[in-house]
Amino acid sequence: MVKSLVKKYSFFLIVFFMTAVLTLINKEVGFKSFEIAFSSFKQMVSLVPPIMLLLGLMDVWVPRETMMKYMGAKSGITGIILAILMGTLAAGPMYAAFPFTTVLLRKGVKFSNIIIFMNAWCVTKISTLLFELASLGFEFTFARLLINLPGVIIMGYIVEALMPKSELDSLYANNS
Amino acid sequence: MTSLILYLATAILYVFSYSKDRDKTRQAFLKGWKSLTNMMPQFLGIIIVVGVTLALLKPETISSLLGSNSGAFGVVLSAIIGSIVMMPTFVAFSTGSMLLNTGAGLPQVAALISTLTLIGVVTIPMEAKYIGRKATLYRNLVAFFFSILVGFVIEKVVEILW
Repeated sequence: MVKSLVKKYSFFLIVFFMTAVLTLINKEVGFKSFEIAFSSFKQMVSLVPPIMLLLGLMDVWVPRETMMKYMGAKSGITGIILAILMGTLAAGPMYAAFPFTTVLLRKGVKFSNIIIFMNAWCVTKISTLLFELASLGFEFTFARLLINLPGVIIMGYIVEALMPKSELDSLYANNS
Repeated sequence: MTSLILYLATAILYVFSYSKDRDKTRQAFLKGWKSLTNMMPQFLGIIIVVGVTLALLKPETISSLLGSNSGAFGVVLSAIIGSIVMMPTFVAFSTGSMLLNTGAGLPQVAALISTLTLIGVVTIPMEAKYIGRKATLYRNLVAFFFSILVGFVIEKVVEILW
């Protein structure tokens, strides 16, 4: 039990130990590192557990056929819009988007739409738009969105096109 | 606030789901719990790495590298810095404005913000667990080149618009 836990958390234990050593050498940098890490942890606790539980609900209640119809291979523009909307309404850092992909893959969502969703989560989040307006101004924000929105869609299609078909098939198979 | 709404909405949906189907709800909870505990080991390591990089990197150091006359080299450099460093989006925006105020150029800051939000070298192993190594690599690479493009065109777009 303890042994498997240590193995699972080995990466964490190693960096924790290294940062502890760093703290002994340079107290200021060390404390600041832990402080920033702790604030990331607080942010995670405030968002990620409910997101995971909601994903669980989505997984058991939304039928695969429905998701495939609206976001699957033949979903066209509807799928793209839904993917962007899902990402835009999101809150939380990039890594919080990763668990979504498991459910999306399992429900047969088109791969380009999954990438569009992930990238939209990164760049068109409404939850951080106000911050951007406040710190960088309307001109910058608007210009960035104007470039990023088509960019997100194009990137989704490029990534899908780059993926070998066999790779995609096994990705969907592994998640079903 | 977002957090409170999210927790409340989850609780309400779970109560509703439980009233409809107890078994399915239990299944949903177990699935959610499992994905949460699965991401924990890597996540805890990553936030410490992020903490150390942010503690070591000062905004003044970055803006001295990314001055408005650093040109194309500055854009590529900011894209590289933005890919390696990871920070919450709203911090990225305030860092961007701080950099602009301390003399960094708009194209460089745009490339930096784009990579900060889109790319995470530190989270690549975590991402690969979900969408596989190849897709992760492609997504990050394509986003990297896209961010450099953003740096090059943002000034033109701002000029055309205003």
